[in-house]
Amino acid sequence: MKRTIIRVTVAVGASVLLAACVAAAPKEKTALEKRLEDPRVKNYIVGEKMTGYVFATAATRTVQDDDFENPAFLWVDIGEENWSKVDGAAGKSCASCHGDAPDSMKGVGATYPKYSGETKKLMALQHRINWERENRMKAKPWKWESDEMLGMTAYVKLQSRGMPVNVKIDGPAKPFYEAGKKFYNQRRGMLDMACANCHVDYPATMIRSNLLSQGMPNGFPTYRLKWQKVGSLHRRFRGCNKQVRAAPYKQGTDEYTNLELFLMDRARDLPMETPSVRM
Amino acid sequence: MKYQLLIGAVLGAALTGAIAAGSANAVEYKIVEDTVPQSLTGKPGDPANGKKTAINRRKGNCLACHDMPIPEQADHGQVGPPLLGVGSRLSEAELRMRVIDSKVINPDTIMPAFYRSTGLHRVLKKWQGKTIVSAQEVEDIVAYLMTLKE
Ligand code: HEC
Ligand code: HEC
Ligand code: HEC
Repeated sequence: MKRTIIRVTVAVGASVLLAACVAAAPKEKTALEKRLEDPRVKNYIVGEKMTGYVFATAATRTVQDDDFENPAFLWVDIGEENWSKVDGAAGKSCASCHGDAPDSMKGVGATYPKYSGETKKLMALQHRINWERENRMKAKPWKWESDEMLGMTAYVKLQSRGMPVNVKIDGPAKPFYEAGKKFYNQRRGMLDMACANCHVDYPATMIRSNLLSQGMPNGFPTYRLKWQKVGSLHRRFRGCNKQVRAAPYKQGTDEYTNLELFLMDRARDLPMETPSVRM
Repeated sequence: MKYQLLIGAVLGAALTGAIAAGSANAVEYKIVEDTVPQSLTGKPGDPANGKKTAINRRKGNCLACHDMPIPEQADHGQVGPPLLGVGSRLSEAELRMRVIDSKVINPDTIMPAFYRSTGLHRVLKKWQGKTIVSAQEVEDIVAYLMTLKE
């Protein structure tokens, strides 16, 4: 499949382009050129890869940057509370075995989804959390989109904030990665579009009132103004499927977990930014 | 892609319930060198309804991707080329092909096929077997595009 890979060769290219435009004619700056003028976005660009932070508005970035303003921290707080709350028949909390999360969970979130030899499955962090609850705590699993699960996922991933995304896609993870890649490039729905049609072919382009990003996963769970709450990456997948009139999958299915692995590999080396704030 | 006869939809697709937008049982059309010279309905297109259908987010939604001379609508997209002047650049037969199924011209395009209901993957149930716009709406959109002269 031929792709018009990122038409403005981003990062370095964009500023060169900007200079060229200014010299040639008083042409209006593109939305991306305006975004790149903000020095804060620098840390969210690695080569040609950019996180959603770069494409967000300056006001949204300001909210994300301040942990007291960022509404996602309401969920992070739920996660932190539950970390040391005893639950289940084993009479344990996460903290009973893992101690302080900032130490024991440092960097862990950046490596998920991860293949587990124990379950012989590719596990998203949510699967892992429920596995811990059911097997080590003898506690009930949490629903994928519950405040408890969103909170714990955000709390664990927060311990990787700023660290580079670093998932394993070789060895036993390979078939899962390949399946995710296939999903990403498969056209679907009545509008017959693949994820790649929007997020690879047209990032930095206005699609109606939205500035298309590269569709990166490194900020999830994210607080979306549209949702008025924190939501999971798989919830976003459902939205991106439904908007092309394709039948979505359920959160936590193999299909979406494989897709998550593929996206995390796309985001390799970008910094983790959970919990992000988006429109 | 010469002289190819396409049947746009599965015949006999169940037509139960109300159809909010789109239609099933697409009519046959003939592609001649990446154009569709003949009207799908034989009835002249209505440019006023074509403009409405082009704007409608549940139907054409052309503004998602194209800048169009419709200043009363905000936020025109930039994914495709501006459509001002397209009625001078392209013929009616070329425009009809573009609207019916752009992928005949460019298999890699992001632009949806507005009059095709087959060869699609995992279409939401309520849209299965239907096309995004009806045959007459294709004609209306084409008539509208023909008014976009430079
Ligand atoms: C019709 C275009 C389109 C398609 C196709 C599409 N998306 Fe999106 N996606 C968007 C828009 C618009 C947004 C919101 C703005 C942005 O971040 O690009 C978005 C946002 C996202 C985000 C959130 C990014 C962030 O920084 O928070 C992710 C992740 C994502 N999409 C993944 C996908 C995946 C995976 C697929 C395929 C299943 C897909 N998208 C298909 C248009 C699309
Ligand atoms: C009874 C002790 C125990 C309890 C309770 C427990 N864990 Fe674990 N957890 C472990 C052990 C042991 C491992 C495996 C350690 C390893 O592989 O490094 C583990 C592994 C993990 C991992 C995978 C780490 C990685 O590097 O992939 C995560 C994430 C995790 N636990 C989170 C939690 C959370 C969240 C809770 C509470 C809901 C919890 N655990 C409760 C003992 C426990
Ligand atoms: C998802 C984005 C998208 C949507 C929605 C869309 N288009 Fe397009 N369109 C494109 C792109 C991209 C091109 C550039 C050519 C290509 O990709 O093959 C294009 C090309 C065209 C062309 C050819 C223009 C030229 O100068 O050659 C016409 C005409 C056109 N579109 C009309 C429409 C109409 C009418 C609608 C609504 C019924 C529409 N498009 C909806 C993306 C879109």
